[in-house]
Amino acid sequence: MASITLKDLVKAYGDTEVLHHVEGEISDGEFIVVVGPSGCGKSTLLRMVAGLETVTSGTICIGDKVVNQLEPADRDIAMVFQNYALYPHMSVRENMAYGLKIRKISKDEIARRVEEAADILELRPYLERKPRQLSGGQRQRVAMGRAIVRNPQVFLFDEPLSNLDAKLRVQMRLEIRKLQQRLGVTSIYVTHDQVEAMTLGDRLMVLNGGYVEQFGTPIELYDRPATTFVAGFIGSPAMNFLPATVSAGMATLGNGARLANAGAANGAVTLGIRPEHLLQDDAGPVRVTVELVEQLGANSLLHGKLEGTDIEMVVSQPGHMSAAAGTVMGFVPANGALHLFHAETGKRIEP
Amino acid sequence: MLKRVHFPRSALPYLLVAPQILITLVFFIWPASQAVYQSFLIEDAFGLSTEFVWFENFELLVDDEQYLQSFGRTIFFSAAVALLSMSAALVLAGFADRVVRGATAYRTLMIWPYAVAPVLAGALWVFMFNPTLGIFPFLLDMVGIDWNHYLNGTHAMMLVIFAAAWKQIAYNFLFYLAAMQSIPRSLIEAAAIDGAGPVRRFVDHIFPLISPTTFFLLVINAVYAFFDTFGIIHAVTQGGPANSTTILVYKVFNDGFVGLDLGGSAAQSVILMVLVIAMTVVQFRFIERKVEY
Repeated sequence: MASITLKDLVKAYGDTEVLHHVEGEISDGEFIVVVGPSGCGKSTLLRMVAGLETVTSGTICIGDKVVNQLEPADRDIAMVFQNYALYPHMSVRENMAYGLKIRKISKDEIARRVEEAADILELRPYLERKPRQLSGGQRQRVAMGRAIVRNPQVFLFDEPLSNLDAKLRVQMRLEIRKLQQRLGVTSIYVTHDQVEAMTLGDRLMVLNGGYVEQFGTPIELYDRPATTFVAGFIGSPAMNFLPATVSAGMATLGNGARLANAGAANGAVTLGIRPEHLLQDDAGPVRVTVELVEQLGANSLLHGKLEGTDIEMVVSQPGHMSAAAGTVMGFVPANGALHLFHAETGKRIEP
Repeated sequence: MLKRVHFPRSALPYLLVAPQILITLVFFIWPASQAVYQSFLIEDAFGLSTEFVWFENFELLVDDEQYLQSFGRTIFFSAAVALLSMSAALVLAGFADRVVRGATAYRTLMIWPYAVAPVLAGALWVFMFNPTLGIFPFLLDMVGIDWNHYLNGTHAMMLVIFAAAWKQIAYNFLFYLAAMQSIPRSLIEAAAIDGAGPVRRFVDHIFPLISPTTFFLLVINAVYAFFDTFGIIHAVTQGGPANSTTILVYKVFNDGFVGLDLGGSAAQSVILMVLVIAMTVVQFRFIERKVEY
């Protein structure tokens, strides 16, 4: 068990910097999800912690030890790869025992630990099989088992669920979370799936273009996104962004509609409203020309444009709802549901 | 059932395969059948009369002490060449797989020996090991080894093995490197995280995973050593001293064109032909089964 500290971490390939001064404190037993679009540097960050990529500058500490120069083997970590990276010529048992065998742990102890992990992961009947005789979900569990038996200080997950089908993914997601809570091992989990990130993480680190946009609990990110990027990335369907000008607490939208309670900002802003925070109100200031309604059963998604403009909007309403294309409907933002961002930098403006 | 009318008869398909069939007929089937026919004949020393003797040439071979010795020698030679060139190639490919900078240049350099003609390769080694002029006998003399492959049969055998193996390293290297690079990187990384060092990773993962390639190369190298090393032997030792490097292919040439025993030589080449066919069958039957990942 250990905490992890990332200090001023930079990764560059030649002259191209791909990670810019990443900072982060991860406390013992925490489950951290690093999330971002592809190419944002999240896998690189994970591989640097694992020791598979060199650190250009800055430090990585596991516990109170700087591990920058340590080989992966000496960092006391275990990693689950996206393609599982099981040894194809070894049985499930041998796959799980391999790391222990190298550490010269006694045969009895290895057998005990492997079987214990196999029981946790319900892999008992498959111990003598080769990886190619297993299904995707089972392979995934073997990869987990290989990490567990080592009893490491840190678990690293590199998009471990992206090769599974949707149903299995939800199921494995829960299993990973339960397992981590049970074992209490500090974990870093990389994914591009924001739902996975929200459900798994104690805290989320949102990366974009090599910069940390925000690092906080899922609810913090949802309630108070630090940038327009985080606001658009976290939450589904994504937040609506409307350009507006603010003066004296009143926001004026592009089509002249005026919204109250716009806080202390002044001048041009980007106004963010989540689809689920728009309440139907025939006299409401936010008027949307309906183009299409998606009926999802529990709620309905209304796609359209802000009346008189080309700005796309999505509104989520509970229950069933129908509206013909071309109808104009009025909405009012729920109390305190307006997010204000600087029009140019995209940074949050606190109300 | 498909009826013939679905496929209108045309000369085109026959024309398309004709060049291949023609080449096979002229350069393989015809000489091979001639060899089989000749192996049933015994010719007098002046080439004036021939007699059809059925299997007498083969019976003579089976009883020929020299032929049986040559057979054993060939197996030893092949095994040594295959082992030496494959293990050298394996080590080199293992290193090349880890090279990041200048990998292409390094690989290109590694492939060059394959482009050297066998006779030239032989000539190079003859010069390097010439007992009076060569650099290696000079160096060996310093550690008290009196190298002379013109007089010492063991030396001669070692020299042709080195020359033949050296030439084949490039080929083996290419296949080994390709096999190693097809192993997913993450697998090796997983092993590194599990605590395996480079040597351990090689022994535990890379070598088992490229075993189909090893098997394939074993057959290819055996065939090479059996049949394609004539040029090297001819340039280096001419089968001597005292027949100590006369392997089967060389004996075919020697008995036929030097000894003028055309029937016996043809019988030997028929045996060789059967051997190469057998090896090819083994290769095709087992190789696809062996690939299991």
